[in-house]
Amino acid sequence: MAANRSSSLPWNRIGLYAALLALVAFYLSPLESAIMTAFKTQTGFFETSPIAPPGASTFTLDAWGQAFDRLRSGLVNSILFTVPATLLSATFGSLVAYGLTNTKWRGQAFVLVLLIAGIFIPYQSVLVPLSRFWAIVDPASVFSWLPPVANHSGLLALAVTHTAYGIPITTLLFRAHYQSLDDSMLEAARLDGATIRRIYTRIVLPLSIPMFAVALIYQFTNIWNDLLFALVLVQNPSNDVVTISLTSLQGSMVSQYNLQMAGAFITALPTLLVYIFFGEQFAEGVAGGGA
Amino acid sequence: MRSRIFRLLGADDEDDSDADQPAVRTDGGTATGDAASTDSQSRAGRLLGSEFVQSLPFWLPAGLLVGLFVYGAIGWNFLISLTDWQGLRTPTYDSFDFDMYTRFFEAVFQGGLLSGPQEYWALRNTFVLLIVFTVAALVVGLLLAILVDRDIRFENTFRTIYLLPMSLSFVVTAIFWAWMYNPTTGLINEGMRLVGLGGFTQQWISDPQFKLFAVMFALVWQFSGYAMVVYLAGLRAIPTEQYEAAKVDGASLVTMYRRTIIPQLRASTTSAAVVLMVFALKAFDFLYVMFGTRPGPSADILAMMMYRESFGTTNWAYGSAIAMILFALALGVIAPYLYLQFKRGEL
Repeated sequence: MAANRSSSLPWNRIGLYAALLALVAFYLSPLESAIMTAFKTQTGFFETSPIAPPGASTFTLDAWGQAFDRLRSGLVNSILFTVPATLLSATFGSLVAYGLTNTKWRGQAFVLVLLIAGIFIPYQSVLVPLSRFWAIVDPASVFSWLPPVANHSGLLALAVTHTAYGIPITTLLFRAHYQSLDDSMLEAARLDGATIRRIYTRIVLPLSIPMFAVALIYQFTNIWNDLLFALVLVQNPSNDVVTISLTSLQGSMVSQYNLQMAGAFITALPTLLVYIFFGEQFAEGVAGGGA
Repeated sequence: MRSRIFRLLGADDEDDSDADQPAVRTDGGTATGDAASTDSQSRAGRLLGSEFVQSLPFWLPAGLLVGLFVYGAIGWNFLISLTDWQGLRTPTYDSFDFDMYTRFFEAVFQGGLLSGPQEYWALRNTFVLLIVFTVAALVVGLLLAILVDRDIRFENTFRTIYLLPMSLSFVVTAIFWAWMYNPTTGLINEGMRLVGLGGFTQQWISDPQFKLFAVMFALVWQFSGYAMVVYLAGLRAIPTEQYEAAKVDGASLVTMYRRTIIPQLRASTTSAAVVLMVFALKAFDFLYVMFGTRPGPSADILAMMMYRESFGTTNWAYGSAIAMILFALALGVIAPYLYLQFKRGEL
């Protein structure tokens, strides 16, 4: 669209930027209002405008400290299941996408479609069986030989479940990448007698590193942000993950908006940081989900 | 059977090369007799060296996980929906019928009044959410994409800001928007009073008239950036000459977009719409945080009702039946899309 600048009247440009800035205000206003509220005292936010910064008499950091204390164990628990589930689902996605893109056999496309179609399955349609399954198969007893795991049944169940439900999307992401790889190079390696495994470890894996960044960022955001599986699979309150801790913060403190907003920001911080530092990769992952 | 599935999926059945055969007919050659045994030996040899076997370590572990947790779970859920399991006892699988489904649809067809059955409202609101939210997010996303695409400065910054809400969880955005909609101190009402629209302020999330609208507005805020990203990719794929040609013809901007640009974005619209509908079906988290498990008829959705029936009142079989109905709905949206993508070789 390079041609537009010269022909447009300046008024058009001014209108364009005005619209863009108005939209910026729209997209940022909930965050702005929330962050201002989080810095205000308990009564301060009733006295001031929701977007106004706190005044000298209404400013406080108390809400942040309190919210952090109440969310601390949830944050730790969330890290405990999100990190392995993110790593595993990305790794599986890469393996599946490679194994089902670069081999030829009957049924290969069918398996691939089945694995990718999992993206679109509403979690509700598996909730009851999953809760039954994890009630029968107590992960802590299966992994009892792993000491740190013993008290974390719920987190283990979450890690395994999220790994399984992450595979479809990561497979789709890697699949698009592997389809775009240079065929002639892979073919040459094949003619030289390299096995599928060798081609993967020597050629494809090193070329997948940028895609791993995309998949890891996207999956980290997805898994960290989930509430539904955690609601159903975590029975022991000491295993509560941060999204659950946040809802209980909201439930029990109906009018403490400063605490709620501070808590929401603390919960959102990891994914916000990921977004700020890896925005491009996040966008790529988001777009890949709809490919 | 297998090949019929393949023809249905539009997969190429042509490369029926010999080497591939044993892969799918693994236990086809176990007949007795000398001739058969040499045959099976060479088959085994070919099988072990085949790409099928080589590919197994790559996809089988993940395939088992997905098979068990996704497809196995759905199958199990369907089985539960055919029982009459409820309460705290363990399920028994001795008699199966479609009673739960009959119960659901009978309730739906009785519905209509606000005091009517929750089934009617949950189903209706799910459809409203699916359609109204999706269309609204598409329209806003298209607008964003067109604005951002008009050769502006700081394009990346604008794009980043519009997509930002999508990185947040439903839990966080629901807390933000509950605050935005707060009738006395929320930014929405405060802002309306500020610009002289004080007469139009509402109890946005407690008034049944506005509840669902308020939810959809917040969801559009969260996901329109996604539609923008998809549309931007579509816009960038249109050759610049078309803009030039429209300008030479003296077409106004609006005409140009309406006549030549937007019609070419059909593929973007389809793929964005499908994903947005999936988000709409997942809006449970948002409603749960904003309203708890009982949002009332005006904002109830199937996903919420399913959760309430199963984990609230322990009507497991009924909850599972609702879950299957939700699944069927998702399948109705997704299957045609997946099929087309697959046929075009884009999957």
